[in-house]
Amino acid sequence: MQLDSKLPTGPIETAWDRTKFDMKLVNPANKRKYGVLVVGSGLAGASASATLAELGYNVSCFCFQDSPRRAHSIAAQGGINAAKNYQNDGDSVYRLFYDTVKGGDFRAREANVYRLAQVSVNIIDQCVAQGVPFAREYAGALSNRSFGGAQVSRTFYARGQTGQQLLLGAYQALERQIGAGNVKMYPREEMLDLIVIDGNARGIVTRNLITGKIQTHIADAVVLGTGGYGNVFYLSTNAKGSNATAIWRAYKRGAAFANPCYTQIHPTCIPVSGDYQSKLTLMSESLRNDGRIWVPKQPGDKRPPHQIPEEERDYYLERRYPSFGNLVPRDVASRNSKAVCDEGRGVGETGLGVYLDFADAIERLGKQAIRERYGNLIDMYERITGENPYRSPMRIYPAIHYTMGGLWVDYRLMSTIPGLFVIGEANFSDHGANRLGASALMQGLSDGYFVLPYTLGDYLANSKLGKADGSHAEARAAESGVADLTKRMLSIKGKRTVTSFHRELGKIVWDYCGMARNAPGLEKAAQTIAALREEYWNSVNVLGEGGELNQSLENAGRVADFFELAELMCLDARERNESCGGHFREEYQTPDGEAQRDDEHYSHAAAWEFAGVGKRPVLHKEPLQFNYVHPSQRSYK
Amino acid sequence: MNLTLHVWRQKNERAAGRMVRYDARDVSEHMSFLEMLDVVNEGLIAKGEEPIAFDHDCREGICGSCGFMVNGIAHGPQPGTTICQLHMRHFKNGDVLYLEPWRAKAFPVVRDLVVDRGAFDRIIAAGGFISVSTGSAIDGNAIPVPKRNADISMDAAACIGCGACVAACPNAAAALFTGAKITHLGVLPQGQPERYNRVLKMAVQAKEEMFGNCTNIGECEAVCPKLIPLEVIARMNRDFIKGSLFDRPLSAASE
Repeated sequence: MQLDSKLPTGPIETAWDRTKFDMKLVNPANKRKYGVLVVGSGLAGASASATLAELGYNVSCFCFQDSPRRAHSIAAQGGINAAKNYQNDGDSVYRLFYDTVKGGDFRAREANVYRLAQVSVNIIDQCVAQGVPFAREYAGALSNRSFGGAQVSRTFYARGQTGQQLLLGAYQALERQIGAGNVKMYPREEMLDLIVIDGNARGIVTRNLITGKIQTHIADAVVLGTGGYGNVFYLSTNAKGSNATAIWRAYKRGAAFANPCYTQIHPTCIPVSGDYQSKLTLMSESLRNDGRIWVPKQPGDKRPPHQIPEEERDYYLERRYPSFGNLVPRDVASRNSKAVCDEGRGVGETGLGVYLDFADAIERLGKQAIRERYGNLIDMYERITGENPYRSPMRIYPAIHYTMGGLWVDYRLMSTIPGLFVIGEANFSDHGANRLGASALMQGLSDGYFVLPYTLGDYLANSKLGKADGSHAEARAAESGVADLTKRMLSIKGKRTVTSFHRELGKIVWDYCGMARNAPGLEKAAQTIAALREEYWNSVNVLGEGGELNQSLENAGRVADFFELAELMCLDARERNESCGGHFREEYQTPDGEAQRDDEHYSHAAAWEFAGVGKRPVLHKEPLQFNYVHPSQRSYK
Repeated sequence: MNLTLHVWRQKNERAAGRMVRYDARDVSEHMSFLEMLDVVNEGLIAKGEEPIAFDHDCREGICGSCGFMVNGIAHGPQPGTTICQLHMRHFKNGDVLYLEPWRAKAFPVVRDLVVDRGAFDRIIAAGGFISVSTGSAIDGNAIPVPKRNADISMDAAACIGCGACVAACPNAAAALFTGAKITHLGVLPQGQPERYNRVLKMAVQAKEEMFGNCTNIGECEAVCPKLIPLEVIARMNRDFIKGSLFDRPLSAASE
C-alpha cells in the first residue's frame, strides 16, 4: 500500500484554487451517465448528495434511519465556525487555520485545514440562502459567539440546535433533488459491504432493514459519510444507531484506517446515573462561556453546593489556565475533570462529576438572558436529572463525543481504494488529534458542499471504468458473504444478549483507551477484547429471522465490528508513544501534567492496513510537515 | 417501582396485531422511558421471546425517530417532551401503561411500535425548501433578517418530524408539520420568491398522502414535543388562500 496524499505544493493561500483549476471537468452532458452511491445522510452525506445531483450526477443515497433527516448531525448543539470576521475582532482565514492546526495539536495536514478555513465562509452564505434561521442581532445582521478554545467570536448558531438547522437545510436541498428525480433515496437500508472490482470501488451491498432483502448496488464511485465510531465505548453522546460498520467493512476491503486512537472526550455531559443507562447526553460547551466549573477544595466534601462557601471552592480551570479559564479546549478540560475526581473531589452520588455553575452569570446578566442563550439545554438537563440549574449548579462529567480518526483520505478525500471517497467524521483528515468546538459541522459541510463535488468529478473524468453490474463475480461474492454473516449470527443462539457484550466492551475501552492510557493497560485491553470477541461469536443470542425488521440482528453486526475496531484502537494507542490532543498517554506528560508530544518520532498520521481478523495490521506512516504554523507546546495558561 | 405494560405487538405491515401484557419490575425513577423498555427487552430475549421493536436514535429529543402512544397520549404525559426524554420519575408504582404505535392511514405500522413516516419526507420533497443550488449564494449579511422574523422562523423550524401531531389529531392531519415548514421558510426574506407556490405544492402532497384536513381542534399543539404553536397552521392557511387566488399555474396561453 502506498500513501499518496496528493498535497498541493506552493503557497498555501492559493493551493486549493490551483488544485481546482488543475482538475479535469466532466462534460455536463456526460454527468448523468455517472452513478454515485452516497452512504449516510448527515451533514456530509446529504450536502454531497444534493450538490452532486445539482451538478447532474446520477445519485443514490442510503441511510439506516427511517428518514435522511434523522442522521446524528442533527444533535449538534453549539454552532459552526466561519472566518467571516463580522465582529471585526481580528478574525481571518489565516487565524481560523492557525487555531485549528494548533487545536489539533499539530497532527493534521496544514493544506487540508487551510482549505477548510477558506470554504468556511461559503458555508455560512449557502446555509443562510437555504433559510437556516441563524441567530440575529436586532438590526438583522448575523449574530456570533465565541466558542470553546477560541478568542474571537466566529461561531454562528441557531439557539442550541445549530446541527439540527444545518442538517434540515442540507436535508431540504436533498429532498428537492429527490423530488426532481435526481437522487434515489434508500431509507432503512444499511451498507454491509463494499464491492471492489479491478481495484476500484464500484458498489455496495445493503440489507433492507424492513424486508431483510440483501441487495447489490453498482455505480462509478462510492462516497461514505457514515460518521464516527464513538459507540465503540457503548456509552457515548452518539445516537444509538451510530456505528462504524460501513467504514470498518471498507477497511477490511483495503481502505487504510488512520489514527483510530484519536477520540474526543467532551467535558460537559450529564454524568452516568445507573447500569441501565443507554447513552450519555451532551450539554453544549457553549455553556462554558457563562458557566464556571468548580469542585470543593476538600476531598470527600459531601455538602450540597450552596452550603460550600466561596473560599472552599476550587475553580480549577480558572486557577490553572488564567488566560483561557473555563474556555480551554475540550481535551484539556476533560483531563482536568478526571484529575479532580481522581483526587476524590468529584461531586454527585458517584463522585464522577464536577459543578458547572451559572450563579454568577445569572447575577450579572439576569435569568432571562441566560434562558435566551441556553434555555433548551437547561430544560433538557432538568428533564433528565430532575434538578433545576437556575437554582443549583449542573453536574457534568466527560464523555466520548467525537472521533478524529477514521478512514485515511488524500487531499481530495479519496481513500486508498480508488473510487472510494470518505467525508465528514468518517474520515480522519482535518482535526488532527483534537477537534475544536464548532468545527465538526464546518468540516462535514465543507467536504459535502465544497470539496467532494469537485474532486469526485476529477476522479470520474480521469478514470476508465469498465462496465459492471450485480452479476460480476466480486459483487456476487460480497453479496453471499453478507448473507452468510447474517445467517451465522442468527444461528449462534447462545446465552447472552448483544447489548450485554456491547456494554462490557465499552467499559474495557473506556477504562483502558479512554481519557488516559498507558502501555500495560492497552496491552491488557487488547487481549481482553480479543477473548471477549471469541466469546461473542460463541455465545451471543440473536433472536428472530433475517427476512424481517430485526433490531437485534442489526445491532449484532455493528457490535461485531466494534470488537475488531476496539482492538485496532488499542494497538494504535499503544504504538503512539507520546501524548497529543485527545490521546493522553500517562507515561508522556510534562511536569505539570500537560500532554507531551514527541514531534521527532510521531509527527505522522498512522494509517493501518487490514491483514486479516486477529492478525496484526500493517502500519504505514504519512509524515506531516508544518511550513506555516510551527509546532510548539500548546499553552492555554 | 413496578409497572404493568400492555404493548401493541404486530409482526409486520400485513399481520394482525394485538396487545400483549408485560411486567416491568424494579424500574428506577432515573431511567428514561426507553431505557425501561430496554430492560424489558433484555428480559424478553433471555426468555427466548423477540424484543419489542420501537424506533429511536439520538435519545436526546432532537432526531424525531422515537414516539408512540402512552395511555392514548403521544409521547406520554409530560408536555414538551419526546418519549426518549420522558423519565420514569413521572410514573408511580403500580401504574398500568398501554403502548400503541401512531395510528394514521398515512403512517402504516411496520412492526410493533414502528411506523412508516415516509409521507413526511414526500411533503418536504414537494416543496419544503428554498431552491438555491450550492455555490450560488450571496454573502450571509447581505440578507438582513429582523430578529423577530428569525425567532418566529426558528420556533417553527424546531419541528423534529416525529409525527405526534398526526397521531394525536382525530383527522390524522399533517397540518402542524406542514405549517411549521411553511412558517419556517415563509417568514424569511430568502423564502419569499417561492412562498405561495410552496404552500400549494406541499398542501396538495399532504392530501395525496391521505392525511386528513385540519378542523382546528388543537390536539397537535398539545402533544408537540417541540411546542410548535398552532399559529403555524393559520399562517399556512392564509398563504394557501392567497396562493390559490394569485399564484395558480400560468395558463398555456401565457407560456
